[in-house]
Amino acid sequence: MDGVHDLGGMHGFGRVEREANEPVFHEPWEATVYAIMRASLGTGLYNLDEFRHGVERMDPAHYLRSGYYEHWLDGIARVLAEKGVISADELAARTEFFAARPDAPASAAVRGTPPVAAQPLQWYAPASERPTTRPPRFKVGDPVVTLNIHPTGHTRLPRYARGKHGVVHRQHGTHVFPDAHAHGGGEQPQPLYSVRFDARELWGPSAEPNQHVYIDLWEPYLEPGAPRG
Amino acid sequence: MGKNHPNVDKYVVSRVRALESLLLEKGVLGPDAVDRVIRRYEQDTGPMVGARAVARAWVDGGYKRRLLDEPRAALADFGVDFDMLRVVENTPAVHNVVVCTLCSCYPWAVLGLPPTWYKMPAYRSRAVIEPRKVLAEFGLVIPESREIRVWDSSAELRYMVLPERPAGAEGLGEADLVPLITRDALIGVADIAPAPRRG
Repeated sequence: MDGVHDLGGMHGFGRVEREANEPVFHEPWEATVYAIMRASLGTGLYNLDEFRHGVERMDPAHYLRSGYYEHWLDGIARVLAEKGVISADELAARTEFFAARPDAPASAAVRGTPPVAAQPLQWYAPASERPTTRPPRFKVGDPVVTLNIHPTGHTRLPRYARGKHGVVHRQHGTHVFPDAHAHGGGEQPQPLYSVRFDARELWGPSAEPNQHVYIDLWEPYLEPGAPRG
Repeated sequence: MGKNHPNVDKYVVSRVRALESLLLEKGVLGPDAVDRVIRRYEQDTGPMVGARAVARAWVDGGYKRRLLDEPRAALADFGVDFDMLRVVENTPAVHNVVVCTLCSCYPWAVLGLPPTWYKMPAYRSRAVIEPRKVLAEFGLVIPESREIRVWDSSAELRYMVLPERPAGAEGLGEADLVPLITRDALIGVADIAPAPRRG
């Protein structure tokens, strides 16, 4: 989707502001969100692409004024509600419960005993590479052009790189295809490539000199391109 | 709060606690999960594995080739099993820098958790369109004669920069080099500062 998350090349965000001696977590709730992520992604409740698409569908103004862990919270809550793991109503009711009791621990609202023991935390996202079952369409050095597509669902073809000519820099094997995997379409693994783009192709005359951008793109995003001088 | 710092919604703490309680109740979240996360990252001091791999690559040409060509095998030397890393090498002709414009993909396995600036819109929007300006704001001026390669982490591959060994570090061994190697240099927004002269 052409959402607010797709930030590459946008103007107006100002300088990159850095924080000296930044802590790993700024607030305790950030660590809680992190733990919720590690307990729920890769344990069969939702997959990485569904999660990313959950974040992308945040209210755009909220996305821009909030930080990383709030993005995670919003995306996880949305996907868990869509999957029927929780309901939006029960989450809203419990949010009110804790808003009225700011000192209460999470256990204060827990009813009964969990029906199952929690699975171990998954520290890394599940592997995306799959066996290669057919020859890739493109080889290193091939000119390619990206599709000019604007799907309303999930895609990992950034807006700034659509309809652009580049050259295959490297083959990465075959990987789960996010555009299908985010929408219940199964993994539909596809060849994945690193594609090199000249900055002038992406940004026209305003490009900075002597710059290239390398983007990892799945085969369905690519068509053969004409060789360019 | 500026445009680069998150403004925390006043309901966020209640909402997190609500989700936490629901997931405890349903057996999704274990009662010790939050403590385990905090313990893991209190002990995890950031880019240690990445820095150790770079230091070894600087002193051992064979290891450097492995890090570039077979990163999974090279990382196994440090007890890390991660098959998605790609290492990109800085040279006098090329400077590399890493970003994720679509979310905040970052090579956690070797660099730890990302800094906030890496995840905020200013860096994610600008690194692909005006990297020289962004790097200059970080204090890193790249001459026009040196190519900049920006790696936008749009898939599950994760990128780490192999910086150039700094001047003055010729006599240093692997263990002495590790502390010189910063997280920012492994993302590509800094060079390695020259080693202090000894003696």
